[in-house]
Amino acid sequence: MPKTIHIDPVTRIEGHAKITIHLDDKGRVNDARFHVTQFRGFEKMVEGRPFTEMPSVMARICGICPVSHLIASSKACDRILAVQIPTTAILLRRVLNLAQLVQSHALNFFHLSAPDLLLGMDAPVDERNVFGVMQKHPELAKKGIWLRKFGQEIIEWLGGKRIHPAWVVPGGVNAPLASDKRDAILKRIPEAIQITRDALDLYKRILDDFPEETRTFANFPSLFMGLVNDKNELEHYSGTFRFIDAAGHIVADRVSPRDYARYIAESVEPDSYLKSPYYKPMGYENGMYRVGPLARLNIVDRCGTPLADEEWAEFRSLGRGAVLSSFHYHFARLIEILFGIEMIERLLNEPDILSKDVRAVARVNNHEGIGVSEAPRGTLIHHYKVDEHGLMTWANLIIATGHNNLAMNRGVLQVAKHFVDGKNIQEGMLNRVEAVVRAFDPCLSCSTHAVGQMPLRVELYGAEGELLDRKERAS
Amino acid sequence: MTPSSRVKTLTIDGRPVSARSGETILKVARENNIFIPTLCHMDGLSPVGACRLCLVEIKGSSKLVPACITSIFEGMEVSTKSEQLDKYRKMILALLFSERNHVCSVCVSNGHCELQTLAQTLGLEHVHVPYLYPVMDVDASHERFVSDHSRCVLCTRCVRVCEEIEGAHTWDIMGRGAEAKIISDLNQPWGFSESCTSCGKCVHVCPTGALFEAGKSTAEMTKRQFLPYLSLMRGEKND
Repeated sequence: MPKTIHIDPVTRIEGHAKITIHLDDKGRVNDARFHVTQFRGFEKMVEGRPFTEMPSVMARICGICPVSHLIASSKACDRILAVQIPTTAILLRRVLNLAQLVQSHALNFFHLSAPDLLLGMDAPVDERNVFGVMQKHPELAKKGIWLRKFGQEIIEWLGGKRIHPAWVVPGGVNAPLASDKRDAILKRIPEAIQITRDALDLYKRILDDFPEETRTFANFPSLFMGLVNDKNELEHYSGTFRFIDAAGHIVADRVSPRDYARYIAESVEPDSYLKSPYYKPMGYENGMYRVGPLARLNIVDRCGTPLADEEWAEFRSLGRGAVLSSFHYHFARLIEILFGIEMIERLLNEPDILSKDVRAVARVNNHEGIGVSEAPRGTLIHHYKVDEHGLMTWANLIIATGHNNLAMNRGVLQVAKHFVDGKNIQEGMLNRVEAVVRAFDPCLSCSTHAVGQMPLRVELYGAEGELLDRKERAS
Repeated sequence: MTPSSRVKTLTIDGRPVSARSGETILKVARENNIFIPTLCHMDGLSPVGACRLCLVEIKGSSKLVPACITSIFEGMEVSTKSEQLDKYRKMILALLFSERNHVCSVCVSNGHCELQTLAQTLGLEHVHVPYLYPVMDVDASHERFVSDHSRCVLCTRCVRVCEEIEGAHTWDIMGRGAEAKIISDLNQPWGFSESCTSCGKCVHVCPTGALFEAGKSTAEMTKRQFLPYLSLMRGEKND
């Protein structure tokens, strides 16, 4: 008899989700789906509010990466002001964005993924958590916590507080950087770099322990998308979109973020609150693409900082074209931490960094604004429309985790087919199904910001797996 | 000594104090550094006793009286603190919070808001009445200022300052009860008001983020204390 396995909730991710695995008569995996079960509604609730409120309101989408939303939102608002943003404000926003990248990646690697990577996918559930890591690898756990603190402290020193700082505003930032804060950050850089290099060494040592996972964790051809700068290097604040295919060939390049809607379309799945964006020119079937650290390192010609570039060369040798296995998101994340720290140091040594000219003031000069940045989990797009008084009339947000939705779903199925034996279900098998989702580091609270047009289906299964009842709510 | 300045003696929270006849309980309490919470009251504007946060107990009276409009009398025994007063004041705040949409975290006045400060001072930890979540407009039609009715507590300070100090009488109240709403002119958008002089006094007496300067982001709206200076300049006495 066909049977359904529910993994609910999926643990050690940001937000709420479940996975359904459908087995056939012989206990083989027939299908597997990743469902996002939470619902937010930001696009609707901001209608009628002043756009000047948006950076703060949109930052509330997430407590892990509020800075990413602050950046994308303030950039969309900058377009509404339609003025030149002071150079120092851009430098400071860049530092803040990179600090966010470092702390979020450190959180994923050391707190959320390390239990799988260091203790093993089959380790007992009650040990396979951050406390288990602390017991078995106390030094590493401490370093991981230190590294996250490093990022969070930069955010606090710049923005006034660690979570939801109100410092980034339309037109720039609302206070300049003090020299003692800059010096305090610079002083910590060498230790941060050392910790990241140690983590990279460790990762490379344990990589050989996961040959099957590397082979099957969402390892399939797809497109990759992200921002690159004018030298085709890693870029998290401005730049243009680049899409590449699985062979590493450029599919679209120098795409202005303002033209995102010509390249990205969103479809709605009946069983999830998370929309599924795809590359529009290739259509829903073939347009699956991935974003985030793996994609960013796949699309660039180099990182742009010396230490990160060394690691990047090694990363790129993992695949002939693009690196396809989502297991390597972990590797990519560590390289990006290294890049982030090196770049923060470079930015803080810019001569204008302490300038007091950090904010441009203007009224509504433009009724539409699109702001794009690279968040830890991938490309983040905020698109606003306002009336003549600056009140929001419409908002569209496409969030990193959303871009990866199709790939996560396919990854879940791939891992389930490879590891799950319906006749002899072991906890470790199901953990691998969760772990593939963790590799993408999804942030579901962020990505389910939309409202309306989302059919909801509730299915009730009996103990034997038979479908007892089904309720469906269309849009 | 003129009859109007006759000294009366009374006690507030057991403390013997003296004051001039005709002074309000609130004024005497403040002169003696005794805290009574207020929200609609503002020195320099006529008192209205609307918010009821300054309710106090008077020995011998079964009613609670608003300190801002109740004059003292000889031998009066006032209590500004009691379990009952604490409960009522918190209830008033809870009702204010639940009646409109007060989202401190993203408000322009976060950290500089009298409603927020009162909630913290009086220890309002939870709102036990259901929130109404009314759909309220934001009026951003004015060139320099914005009014957000979601954050209005109907204290009428804006109405009074505009009429009594500026002399424009742009603001008024329309509707009753929970439907009451501050309006400019005859319910025109603020930007179309012919009476508004754009002086900004209403913005600076507003205790919350309901009236603010256009372009301000979260927590950026700080209010100026201009009325005491204005009163001094006009040579008005505070009594």
